[in-house]
Amino acid sequence: MIELNQFLILSALLFAIGVIGIFLNRKNVIIILMSIEIILLSVNLNLIAFSYFLNDLTGQIFSLFVLTVAAAEAAIGLAILVIYNRNAGSIEIEKINALKG
Amino acid sequence: MTAQLLTFYLFSGVILISSLMVISTKNPVHSVLFLILSFLNAAGLFVILHAEFLAMILIIVYVGAVAVLFLFVVMMLDFKTSINKDNILQYIPIGILIGVVFIAELIIVLINTKFDLSNIQVLPNPLSDFTGKSNTEAIGSVLYTDYILYFQLSGVILLVAMIGSIVLTLREREGVKRQVVSEQLQRQGKIDLVDVKSGKGVDI
Repeated sequence: MIELNQFLILSALLFAIGVIGIFLNRKNVIIILMSIEIILLSVNLNLIAFSYFLNDLTGQIFSLFVLTVAAAEAAIGLAILVIYNRNAGSIEIEKINALKG
Repeated sequence: MTAQLLTFYLFSGVILISSLMVISTKNPVHSVLFLILSFLNAAGLFVILHAEFLAMILIIVYVGAVAVLFLFVVMMLDFKTSINKDNILQYIPIGILIGVVFIAELIIVLINTKFDLSNIQVLPNPLSDFTGKSNTEAIGSVLYTDYILYFQLSGVILLVAMIGSIVLTLREREGVKRQVVSEQLQRQGKIDLVDVKSGKGVDI
C-alpha cells in the first residue's frame, strides 16, 4: 500500500530538481521556464496526494487552478522570450544585463 | 509488493529521470520532449491517486498545449545550442549545494514525520457527498457551486494572459501596405465621374 510519505518525498525530489535546474542552467531562459513547470508539477502532485489521503476534493480543485495559472504563466513567459529575442538578438542569460544587476 | 506500489515506483522513477534529463540535455528540443514524458508519467501517478479528471487535463492542456507551445518557441527562436563548458562548470557547485541542502532538509522532515491523517480536522468534506459519482462529476458539482468565484477569476487570469501575449508580440512592420477601407471610401475630390458617350471613348 502506498503511503503519503512516498508521494511527498517524490514531489520534494521533483521540486529540488526544478530548483537545481534554475541554478544550473545559465544559458537558456527556456530551460528555466521548463524548470518552473517541473516545480509546479511537483506542487500539484503534493496537492493531489493530500487530496487522496484526506479524502477531500479541495486539493484537486486547487490543483486545477494551479494548472490554469501555470498555463497563463507559460504563455506570457514565452511571449516575453520571443519579443526579447527579437529586440536583443539573443536569449542567453549571461548577456541579459541591461539593468546591470 | 503490490501492483499498485510497483506502478508507483515505475512512474516516479521515469518522472525523476526524465526531469533530470530536462535540465541536463544540451538540445532544448530534447528537453521539451523529456518534459512531455515527465508530464505523461505524472498523469499516470494522478490516475493512481484517483484524480482521473486532472490526469486527463494534464495530458490535454499540458502535453497538448503548453508543451507544444514550448516546442514551437524552441524551434522558431533558433538559438545556439552549443554550451561553453567553462561557463557551465562555473555554476555546478552552487547548484548542487542548494539542491543537496534542499533535498536533505525535506527528506529529513518527511522521514521523521509520520502523518497521522485521522486526527486532522478537515473542512466540510466535499467528497463524502459524492460516493458513487465519478471524479469528473464530483469536481464539476463542487467547482461550479462552492468555487464559482475562483473559477471565474481563473478565467479572468487566462483572458489577461491571452491579451498580454497578443499585445507583447504584436508589432507594426515598416513598409507593409494594407488596405484601409475607411480611407478608401472617404476619398473626395480625387475621383471624376465621367459620363462616357457610346462609341467615343473618354480622355483622361
